[in-house]
Amino acid sequence: MTDTDLDTFRSDTRAWLAENCPPEMREPVRSDTDVCWGGRNFAPSSPAQKDWLDRTAARGWTVPDWPKAYGGGGLSAAQTKILREEMAAIRARNPLNSFGISMLGPALLKYGTEEQKLEHLPKIARGEIRWCQGYSEPNAGSDLAGLAASAEDAGDHYIVNGQKVWTSYADKADWIFCLVRTSKASKQGGISFVLFDMASPGVSTKPILLISGYSPFCETFMDDVKVPKANRIHDENKGWDVAKYLLGHEREMISGMGLASGGRNPLVEGAIATIGLDHDGRLADPVLRTQIALFEVRAKAFAAMSERFIDELKAGRAHPAQPSMMKYVGTELNKDRYELMMASGGSDALEWESERSRTGAMPRAWLRTKANSIEGGTSEIQLNIIAKRILELPGA
Amino acid sequence: MPLYLNDEQTMLRDTAKDFIAEHAPVGHLRSLRDGNDPTGFSRDLWKQFAEMGLNGVLIPEAQGGLGLGHVEAGVVLEEIGRNLSPSPFLATAVAAVEALKGSAQAERWFPGIVAGETVAALAIDEGAKHRDRIAMTAERSGNGFRLTGAKQFVTHGHVADLLIVAARTAGSPDDAEGVTLFAVPKDAANLTATPERLADSSLAARIAFEGVEVDADAVIGEVDGGCGPLDRLLRAGRTGAAAELLGVGGGAMDMTVGYLKERKQFGVAIGSFQALQHRAAHLYAEMEVARAAVLKAQQLLDTGAEADAAVSIAKAMTGMATTLSVQEGIQMHGGIGMTDEYDIGFYMKRARVLAEMFGDIGFHADRLAKAAGY
Ligand SMILES: Cc1cc2nc3c(=O)[nH]c(=O)nc-3n(C[C@H](O)[C@H](O)[C@H](O)COP(=O)(O)OP(=O)(O)OC[C@H]3O[C@@H](n4cnc5c(N)ncnc54)[C@H](O)[C@@H]3O)c2cc1C
Repeated sequence: MTDTDLDTFRSDTRAWLAENCPPEMREPVRSDTDVCWGGRNFAPSSPAQKDWLDRTAARGWTVPDWPKAYGGGGLSAAQTKILREEMAAIRARNPLNSFGISMLGPALLKYGTEEQKLEHLPKIARGEIRWCQGYSEPNAGSDLAGLAASAEDAGDHYIVNGQKVWTSYADKADWIFCLVRTSKASKQGGISFVLFDMASPGVSTKPILLISGYSPFCETFMDDVKVPKANRIHDENKGWDVAKYLLGHEREMISGMGLASGGRNPLVEGAIATIGLDHDGRLADPVLRTQIALFEVRAKAFAAMSERFIDELKAGRAHPAQPSMMKYVGTELNKDRYELMMASGGSDALEWESERSRTGAMPRAWLRTKANSIEGGTSEIQLNIIAKRILELPGA
Repeated sequence: MPLYLNDEQTMLRDTAKDFIAEHAPVGHLRSLRDGNDPTGFSRDLWKQFAEMGLNGVLIPEAQGGLGLGHVEAGVVLEEIGRNLSPSPFLATAVAAVEALKGSAQAERWFPGIVAGETVAALAIDEGAKHRDRIAMTAERSGNGFRLTGAKQFVTHGHVADLLIVAARTAGSPDDAEGVTLFAVPKDAANLTATPERLADSSLAARIAFEGVEVDADAVIGEVDGGCGPLDRLLRAGRTGAAAELLGVGGGAMDMTVGYLKERKQFGVAIGSFQALQHRAAHLYAEMEVARAAVLKAQQLLDTGAEADAAVSIAKAMTGMATTLSVQEGIQMHGGIGMTDEYDIGFYMKRARVLAEMFGDIGFHADRLAKAAGY
């Protein structure tokens, strides 16, 4: 595609967004309830939210770089980048948040059969099915391959028994992608990757309350759940490959949180609003000003690293451990950002239930970020990966 | 432009890497220091740089240079940093060349720079901390100017053939306008350069200008219009110093990771201890962040885009990452890291000097904050 074609694409995209992105969808998301997750029980928080989802889904722009046959937009990498830039420029909200898009989709595209792709991908793209991730178990967190939930061979299906934990939104999800043990002969080599409907008999969930006061997490119990073998992705006992591939995408998604959103920096705006500027036009709290300025240096340098890794990935020269570096730096930065936002907000940022605080959106979001360096593999695990795979330090 | 080195840039880097590692490894610095060398660098090496064509990296081809950009200058600087090679490259081939580019003075000085015969020094700073403030004056006198004032932290200032001097032709010290840039030959009368050896054993001069007379044609660009060339000089100098810092930090990190694999305690390589693995991995990630920031600034400079913020980010970020690298480097080497015999200490000293040069972490963070309106 020539530069002129890309320029045309950019102006068309800009015009389309101007027309189709409702003004309400150009405001930052204020709380978890503002986020569009789709699914069978989707209850839009506003008509604008529903319009925005419907219009983007119709163009395949919820998943712009997936093939059209699977509900995607069929855009090239360069076009996708332009679309994202144009959306960031008007601060458009993500039309659809979905573990289907960020995690399962890429794994299906790589490992799924044609039937499996045609069955699941379009529904993900349109936000019809909401997915959850059944990886962790009470005794398999960082040591994920130590999982015990078992899938017993019963001819054309498996009988699954066991317990998962920390399953985000399991109580709201329609389907789960789940790691199960199909063999005890080998730790990593005895795992299979299966999909099943959360409405299947024998599946139950129990929410876990978080420090943020929300309970997006669940314990998930599986009691003689019948899972057709046709729902297994990739070969039996080869699920670890799929799991690792998917984790790479999960890590990339989470690390994106460390990137500042386009345009004005809300952290700086917030600090100016509460603390004010002195007569030289500087933030009236010099220590906080310094901390914010140093944070800005790191955040913008991190944005450059992320750009570089994407460019290297596209050119096929990325190191496979790069997502670990993104995840580690991005999540630690995001935690720092929220610490600074809390420090800037002062007592306003502490209000937990008031209307003007939108039910404590700020402190709850701040607490939520503490999980960024735990979910999807802890910071310590990422550092282990960098030490072993990139620096090639000897195994302890 | 993708944010990584293209094939030609990679080739240039490999050439520079081999050449500098062979001719000016850390041992070169050590022997200059041990010999108390009064110049602070090797003129022979400067000639060899010229023979490789490197001195003209930023000089247009029509004027005998390679006509390349800041990415290419940066790959050379990174190798200079990695080997701690004392060299006038940053001040002369990068900062001074950028200041002179496009001016009448370029015709006069570029041939000597390309040939490795001319060394330039930058007389910009007036205090112990780099600031935008310029108090030194240049008064009209005869058909030229008379310079009065003092500069410090002028690297190679005592042996330079050419001094690039920023002086005030109008306004007061804190004004942005009213500055003129001069190309002053070293043999000018009433100019005294007093070299001081710095912590990294390089030499920087304090220079007194006590009514130094220069001709009108010593002006680089326009009278009162020094901001343009001075900004170019500073952007190039800051980005170049960031690239050199990247090399210093990277060199220290490589030594440290190598040591972690080789040093045994408790019967195992110390690199198998997770406490050290995590610190090494954290350090590596910080260096990678810094690397991306530097390349971003270089590419923006080369495309002529607005680069001020990216330059400050690059300089501040490399300052932070490299400081971490040299500090962790000494700590993880244990006692041997504190010995003069071992090279890691040289990295710490050089990092400190470069972190200060052209504005430290705080200076650049402050600039960013001001530009963002807080
Ligand atoms: C918000 C959130 C959402 C999540 N969503 C999901 C989900 O949807 N589905 C799902 O399956 N899981 C989910 N998880 C679970 C998550 O993947 C695990 O919490 C994570 O992998 C860590 O496991 P753990 O909690 O058992 O901690 P542990 O593994 O017990 O770790 C405890 C501490 O020990 C450290 N540690 C452990 N091993 C090592 C080691 N080898 N070296 C150094 N340090 C080590 C860890 O870094 C950590 O600091 C989510 C978690 C969070 C917080």
